[in-house]
Amino acid sequence: MSKVYLALQDNEESHYIVEAIEDDNPDATVIYQPAMIRIENEGHLVIRRETVEDKMGRDWEVQALHVNLITLGGNVDETDDELSLTWNA
Amino acid sequence: MTIEIKTSTLEPIRHTFEHTRRRFGDKPASRYQEASYDVAPEKNFHYRPLWEPDKLLNDPSRTAVVMEDWYVHKDPRQFYYGTYVQARAKLQEVTESNYAFFEKRGLAERMPEEVVEKITRCLLPLRHAELGANLNNVYATAYGTATVVTQAFLYNGMDRLGIAQYLSRIGLLLDGNSADSLATAKEYWMSDPAWQGLRRYVENVMCLKDWFEMFIAQDVVLDTLVYDLIYRQFDEHMTESGGADLAMLIEFMQEWHKDNSRWVDSLLKTTVAESDHNRELIGNWVAEWKEKAVTDLAPLAEIAVGEQAIAAAVEVMDKRLAKAGL
Repeated sequence: MSKVYLALQDNEESHYIVEAIEDDNPDATVIYQPAMIRIENEGHLVIRRETVEDKMGRDWEVQALHVNLITLGGNVDETDDELSLTWNA
Repeated sequence: MTIEIKTSTLEPIRHTFEHTRRRFGDKPASRYQEASYDVAPEKNFHYRPLWEPDKLLNDPSRTAVVMEDWYVHKDPRQFYYGTYVQARAKLQEVTESNYAFFEKRGLAERMPEEVVEKITRCLLPLRHAELGANLNNVYATAYGTATVVTQAFLYNGMDRLGIAQYLSRIGLLLDGNSADSLATAKEYWMSDPAWQGLRRYVENVMCLKDWFEMFIAQDVVLDTLVYDLIYRQFDEHMTESGGADLAMLIEFMQEWHKDNSRWVDSLLKTTVAESDHNRELIGNWVAEWKEKAVTDLAPLAEIAVGEQAIAAAVEVMDKRLAKAGL
């Protein structure tokens, strides 16, 4: 199976998002590239609002992810509480 | 001819300050971590303070609470100067527009006389209590241990000044800028029997030497009771009596209390969970101050809302304490 991935701009806010993703997806690989953080995982990746809010210490909407998002790969399923990436088999 | 564009990555030698690296590891640290952790000096002081020669500056023995490491605390809001100011500016913008709307539509004139009187008697004197709360919290900033704790106390202290100012503005809105209502409110604070309990309580807390006991007495016990009593129950009571527009003016306090409670709960919970010594000590403080607060607030609660009010507020507080593990 191929990998789903997500790339964020390397800034203060993204660090919290990356931390949250690392917590929710222990198997994910985080690659720091110049000015960009790429996160990949085999098959599945999820970003949960609650975890990100916890890391940031304030309210956060899943849609606010797009402020820092550069690119992503995978089939997106977005709700108010989480955004998940998968490859439909 | 083909041109190949290459990027070369320069790995920085260090990602953050040395003291932040020691605590969190060598990775990019958040601004909050860099501004808050291991910042206050702890050793190698040259002189002992003349006014307290048995203690050092920033001496952790200024409270009976013992923490292995005070920096295990974390403000869940992650407030350092920048984020704090931004968050409050946002809250204040909303409040200012509420106050402007209230004034523009002349809502003060439409309030029934007895509602205005009730607000003057039961809400406005609180500005003096808020000033007391400012002193108390800033005291903890001065004598507390660890920046991660003391900075939050300072923000709390500043917020209290802001709230006292908003309370004054409510008075000015209601009396057409004559400041009569503020003078009356001061009179209530100084001599109305309903307020003397709270005044005594606040003044007693000012005399406390132990800054963590102050935190329990002021921020945990008194604030939970007063904010529930006035900004929830009294607000509901006023809405029923035709003073619903008051809600617009006290929204700041309600939002602030919600925000501040997250920090209070976290500080309390972490400290209680540290050791049985702390749990017992804090448990005793809570019991002692709770008893005083309930007795001292009861007359005010009865006048402001009704007989059941204080019991309802205590219930809210007990729930909060249970969550903190007390």
